[in-house]
Amino acid sequence: MAGDFIRQLDDSGMGRGKSIFERLRLDGIMLGLLLLLSITGLFVLYSASGQNMTMVYRQMTYLALGFFIMLVIAQFHPRWFQLAAPWMYGVGIIALILVLLVGVGAKGAQRWLSVFGVFRFQPSEIMKLAVPLMVAWFMASRLMPPTFKTIAQALLLIFIPTLLVMKQPDLGTSLLIAASGIFVLLFAGLSSRWIMLALLVVLSVAPMMWYGVMHDYQKQRVLTFLDPESDPLGSGWNIIQSKTAIGSGGLEGKGWQQGTQSQLEFLPERHTDFIIAVFAEEQGFIGVFMLLLLYMLIVMRGIYMAAKARDSFSRLVGGSLIVTFFIYVFVNIGMVSGILPVVGVPLALISYGGTSIVTLMAAFGVLMSVYMHRKL
Amino acid sequence: MSFAFKDDRAEKDIFVARAILASFVVVVLLLVLAGRMMFLQVSQHELYATKSENNRVQLKTVAPIRGLIFDRNGVLLAENLPSHSLTLVPERIKNIDKTLALIDTLVGLTEDEIRGFKKQVSQYRRPYEAIPLKYQLNEDQIAKLMVNAYFMPGVQVEAELMRHYPFGEELAHVLGYVGQINEKEKKRLDPIQYKATRHMGKIGVERYYEEVLHGKVGYQKVETNAQGRILNVLERQAPIPGHNLVLNIDVRLQHEAMKAFEGRRGSLVAMDPKTGGILAMVSSPSFDPNLFVNGISYKAYNGLRDSLDKPLFDRATRGQYPPGSTMKPFIGLGFLDAGVTNWQEEISDPGFYMLENDERVYRDWKRTGHGEHIDLRHAIIQSCDTYFYEMAFRTGIDKLQPFLQQFGFGQNTAFDVGNALPGLLPTREWKKRYRNRAWYAGDTLNLGLGQGFMLVTPLQLATATNVYAAKGQWQRAKLVQYVNNELLLEEEKPADVQIRNPQDWDKMNRAMEGVIKHYLGTAKGLQRDLKYTIAGKTGTAQIVGIKQNELYDSKALQERQRDHALFMTFAPVEDPQISVAVVVENGESAGGTAAPIARKVMDMYLNTPVTEGLTYGR
Repeated sequence: MAGDFIRQLDDSGMGRGKSIFERLRLDGIMLGLLLLLSITGLFVLYSASGQNMTMVYRQMTYLALGFFIMLVIAQFHPRWFQLAAPWMYGVGIIALILVLLVGVGAKGAQRWLSVFGVFRFQPSEIMKLAVPLMVAWFMASRLMPPTFKTIAQALLLIFIPTLLVMKQPDLGTSLLIAASGIFVLLFAGLSSRWIMLALLVVLSVAPMMWYGVMHDYQKQRVLTFLDPESDPLGSGWNIIQSKTAIGSGGLEGKGWQQGTQSQLEFLPERHTDFIIAVFAEEQGFIGVFMLLLLYMLIVMRGIYMAAKARDSFSRLVGGSLIVTFFIYVFVNIGMVSGILPVVGVPLALISYGGTSIVTLMAAFGVLMSVYMHRKL
Repeated sequence: MSFAFKDDRAEKDIFVARAILASFVVVVLLLVLAGRMMFLQVSQHELYATKSENNRVQLKTVAPIRGLIFDRNGVLLAENLPSHSLTLVPERIKNIDKTLALIDTLVGLTEDEIRGFKKQVSQYRRPYEAIPLKYQLNEDQIAKLMVNAYFMPGVQVEAELMRHYPFGEELAHVLGYVGQINEKEKKRLDPIQYKATRHMGKIGVERYYEEVLHGKVGYQKVETNAQGRILNVLERQAPIPGHNLVLNIDVRLQHEAMKAFEGRRGSLVAMDPKTGGILAMVSSPSFDPNLFVNGISYKAYNGLRDSLDKPLFDRATRGQYPPGSTMKPFIGLGFLDAGVTNWQEEISDPGFYMLENDERVYRDWKRTGHGEHIDLRHAIIQSCDTYFYEMAFRTGIDKLQPFLQQFGFGQNTAFDVGNALPGLLPTREWKKRYRNRAWYAGDTLNLGLGQGFMLVTPLQLATATNVYAAKGQWQRAKLVQYVNNELLLEEEKPADVQIRNPQDWDKMNRAMEGVIKHYLGTAKGLQRDLKYTIAGKTGTAQIVGIKQNELYDSKALQERQRDHALFMTFAPVEDPQISVAVVVENGESAGGTAAPIARKVMDMYLNTPVTEGLTYGR
């Protein structure tokens, strides 16, 4: 409390007026990095979509909407999130249950909820925000580092939505939701003994998952990941073609719009999940390295912003969201380059698609809020 | 509520510690990604660059243009005309039957076309390869298809070059024809050179000179997308067209001979004694080879196959006939060479001949005989059989057979005529082996008349006449004169015919001139209005037997029981430029049917300027 007070004196006592970013409650550095990433993404999309301007315009609209949502969310004080967290979580759980009962979808998966037939949304997207908020809310009211009981309760909060999403079935998203919750625990000071124990549990549960929980198509993905050549024209096609695209890009790349793998349509899902392969083919390793660097700067800045937040809840939420963001990036690039199995995770802010952009920008809005409201 | 106070400072310290740890993990994971990318893009770059290139670039073969065929005067005999065909890519068609039905309503399809197409679809082929459905579309059909192209994805109208034979049936047996390559041929052919080729020579010159005419395959390096569609031609190696052929054939003679046959069954072969070039080679009746280029319909084929006149049968190279008296000039020389007689010796001909200790009567064709004073000259002019019985008996098979063999009888000596049959020049061994009988003196007498076992093809008879006209100098029968403007040279030919007294050539020539000039000559009808000198010899060949299946039509049977008429000749006698052999099946009178056909061809060759003869046709 005393610290806060002194900091307030420091910040307001310099006698200078608030900058535009401060007024907007946006971090200028983070905003710049996100804009840079988004604009890069538009250029990649223009090439990956086969010079489809309609798609680029639509993506620009999504981005504009995303940045707007970020701006709006950033205006809320973190305590509003703290108040909203249990409600959001509760609504999300109900929505997930509804999805399983009356949801719509395609290819054997029910992921969408239709609201009066007017618009459709994916409740699992809510959970990407609601779970870290909820776990952070829960942890913030407990002592840290957490006790065994606290951990068990938190894990329960995490696994209910995880299982519901897994049932849709959407293994990739469910694991990422679980991760976002667990990151809160990690930031809350989960001891290394528990971490080791959890790893052991995961390793022992994995075979049970294989035989009990996983669907055939999910098993197929894992098998294909282990040996893509076993079915080169079927499920292995994607990964073989994406590796070929990446590898043929070389150090310097084939040049913007010059990637033969993508321009000649050998690469599937080239404007969505596999867009990094287009980028890697056309911009080469140098381009990929720069992009990874950009992601690293965003994550580092995000972690810094979370660490600067005013209270435990804000720190935990911010830390979890930014690390989850990184996990999205890691899983996407990892799967496209063939070191992880293919799960449907888009490349953050570059892949074509509104849902992912809106969810991510909302998360960045929360992060902006916890950072910009630090000196109350 | 716990009694311990929440310690914000402590919690923040924990968070900062964990944040540093998280940052470290993030950096490590990013390094893993960077490492993976480096592995793919730097270490494995070569591998994936190759893979990507193979994805993108395909080698498409381009068929070479087939060589043209000309006659000796530069008249085009086989050409390549642009033709539009309708092709389908089955991979791009959702419902083949529906598409076929639509095409049927637009341009009409025959049963044969649909059957042929479905057969090709079921056979092994490369994916996205176009399969022909209908050939030789006219402009109306092309327009209808193009207008409706939108409703038929995977259906294309392709322009290609199609073989065409402007002279049709006149040269069908000489040129042969090209046809679609079948599965069996595909296995035999060079898979690279023929990758883009759809047609190959099936018979005739087209078949024999297939390798020369075909040319070398070209290729295109094309960029394709994932669906196999060609987007861009990156590199092109033009195909090398096949060589052009210039034949020895003079299409004027071919036309004249074909006309002279008037649809009768028979064959004529004309050759140049100096080169062995085949000036004309006719088999009548004939057929239109253009029917075969894109696959003949079953109905048309059955009609040709079942015709009693056998138009598909090449009589010139595969028809084997008893040569009859056309052998007499050769055999007469054989007598002289064997020394059993001379030009002065005369015999008496009562109209028959008998061997000692043999009751069989060997009849002369003239029942009353040719008189008391028959020498070799008159034996040729009047075609006296008794004289040849006597001399053949004196000479014997062991001398006669090797002598005749020098003229190429009993073997295929043709230089570039595919599928020619060897005929038959019987020997003692042959009879022992195939008839399981000893050689009798009577067999020798029959051979002395060109009857009995002996068989020749018109091509053989012409070749032998040609060698005779050149006084024993061998030239093998050649259809092709130039390949790509280079003169075709024989590598090896049979030994020239040697006779004991070379003056006998001229003496025999004079006797053969008598066949036309002398009032007793068997072909004296040819003398009228003759502007050059002719030497020749008639022959008739008895029909050995009638085939069972020809017994239906009594009229046809009567006609078909008549003797074959043969004629061998060359002109002018003092400097032979053309030699001719003619066979008219069931022609009966050699002087009346066979000889006039030969005369017409020789008139055309010797008396008509080249330019005049070329005004007809096309």
